[in-house]
Amino acid sequence: MGRHRIRPFEVNIRRRDGHGWAIQMPAPQDRTEVRGLKNHTAAILVVDDEAAVRESLCSWFQKDGYTADTAADAVEALKKLSKRAWDIILLDIKMPNISGMELLRRIRQIDPDIVSIMITAYASVDTAVEALKGGAFDYVVKPIDPDDLSRIVRKAIEQRKLKKENLSLRTKIEDMVPEEELIGDSPQIKKIQEIIETVSQTDVSVLIRGDSGTGKELIARLIHAKSTRRYSPLVAVNCGALPESLLESELFGHEKGSFTGAQYKHRGKLEISNGGTLFLDEVGTIDAKTQVDLLRVLDSKQFTRLGGNQVISVDFRVICATNQDLEQLVKEGKFREDFYYRINVFPINLPPLRDRSGDIRLFAQHFLERYAIQIRKKVLRLSPEALSLIMKHDWPGNVRELKNAIERAVVVAGGPEIRPEDLPFDMNKISKPRGESSIAEVERAHILDMLGRTGWNITRTAQILGIDRVTLYNKIKKYGLSK
Amino acid sequence: MIYVAPIHNPIPGAVRYISQQLPNEFRGLVAVHQTKFDPRIALDKTRNQYNSTILLAELLQELPSKHAKIIGITEVDLFIPVLTFVFGEAQLNGNVAVASSHRLRNSYYGLPENPDLVLERLYKEAVHELGHVFSLTHCDNYRCVMHAATGVEELDLKNAAFCSACNSVLRSASF
Repeated sequence: MGRHRIRPFEVNIRRRDGHGWAIQMPAPQDRTEVRGLKNHTAAILVVDDEAAVRESLCSWFQKDGYTADTAADAVEALKKLSKRAWDIILLDIKMPNISGMELLRRIRQIDPDIVSIMITAYASVDTAVEALKGGAFDYVVKPIDPDDLSRIVRKAIEQRKLKKENLSLRTKIEDMVPEEELIGDSPQIKKIQEIIETVSQTDVSVLIRGDSGTGKELIARLIHAKSTRRYSPLVAVNCGALPESLLESELFGHEKGSFTGAQYKHRGKLEISNGGTLFLDEVGTIDAKTQVDLLRVLDSKQFTRLGGNQVISVDFRVICATNQDLEQLVKEGKFREDFYYRINVFPINLPPLRDRSGDIRLFAQHFLERYAIQIRKKVLRLSPEALSLIMKHDWPGNVRELKNAIERAVVVAGGPEIRPEDLPFDMNKISKPRGESSIAEVERAHILDMLGRTGWNITRTAQILGIDRVTLYNKIKKYGLSK
Repeated sequence: MIYVAPIHNPIPGAVRYISQQLPNEFRGLVAVHQTKFDPRIALDKTRNQYNSTILLAELLQELPSKHAKIIGITEVDLFIPVLTFVFGEAQLNGNVAVASSHRLRNSYYGLPENPDLVLERLYKEAVHELGHVFSLTHCDNYRCVMHAATGVEELDLKNAAFCSACNSVLRSASF
């Protein structure tokens, strides 16, 4: 806080006989350094052309422990505003040259967060309305009741504090935005980056499509983080990981006693995502009844908890993701057409990693740097042989598989360089020149190989493959694998 | 040295009571000072109230020594230009203060008069204003005499003494 000299406390009052009469009292050594037992950090500037008014108000605030100073007119006030930050400004409406209203307008241009309280000796509804419309926090009429003044200033400080807290929380949230970024300089990724920028500024439903491990949830998080809903939660639901009955309860919530085992009231994901974004992963696995219920919520933005009667209004944006052929599911009658159109307003197709081989090197380097820091190992680079192997691999598990492979390699690497033997053994074994086998064949063989190695331990195999158990079960079913 | 100065017919016994009690809170001698100025110069006829800032200025002129502190005790209704009324006023970290019993009387609020209570309130107000003179600002502790009171209810809630935090600041202030 800068120190500045203040002239002595001076009040000019006219005697009845017309002689000018000045009261001079020594001011405290420094107005910004008055001891107090209140932890007030607020700084108050009083702007009034009447010396008696501004000095008495300044003195009043100082006795309350605030840092207070005065300005006789708008020019002096603007000068003081440029020198330090003020929390509250008390402004006389009627001042020579630049009026209080005009000064209020300029203050709001300089710092819209300063709380301004207008003072006037001439109360009128018009002036009060004009002041409040101009952005003033409150409006007081001279002489002011001491109790009112204390209350208004307390409220103003509270408002200022809330604004500061709000700003600080927003900054914290900005800092919490996912570290992940969309890696790649392939044309497909650049196009997706553009789409994210565009779609995040709207509230339309987004359907993200792509193979397992291509980063669908990352895209959803990026859209949320760039949207105006970023200060509210992004609630992710893996629809494929929950049985039908549980999914319904998980989404809609339930009242106590609504079904066996419902011992407590439970707020569903729809309710929790209010104001934010609801991310429905593996949307293709949602059963027909839940699709109907969800469709109704998406249209009306209202729902009731299971077993409840209370209608709950919600406001969220929905982003869905799938690796399934939804059009085929619609044709087969396994997915409702109306729900499909409702969620597929803005589709984003994520290409598999094999279709953007140029990005593989960037991803590998990115993950190498990330895990080297996380694991605190000085692994600096990939050897040319390891890189060649990585570039040749088909990556059926996409980015997730590459990420896991690099993490493992960083863990086992014995020096500053990742060598081919540090990469997963099976990757060395199954890497073949592209075009020799179909992706499905490679994936089938890889899954079968992993299952064999783990003795068909589903959890362990899913961990190694970097996919969840439901996805692994689906793939076992899809490829007709058995022990 | 603290001087207690009667201004314009304070309530009977007030100056004596305050002079006797002040040593409980402040170190040093306490004496009575008879003012020479005419308090009517502070009267604002349109408001029918006395400008406390003018009274402070007059008291300052009569300060017996530059290190002395002086508090005026009065019955007149006080105001500062921007506020409807004040119970008292003081020069923060200065030499002069003034306290009024006008709005401390029960009869002001339509209640039966209580002479002991008004004396007690006036004493609290005098200690409070002198606290400002000794550089103390308002205190969050509602029991402390330095707690800001804009009504008699709050005044009655607080003690006539400084809390330990204010007391330590007061003790470190030179007088």
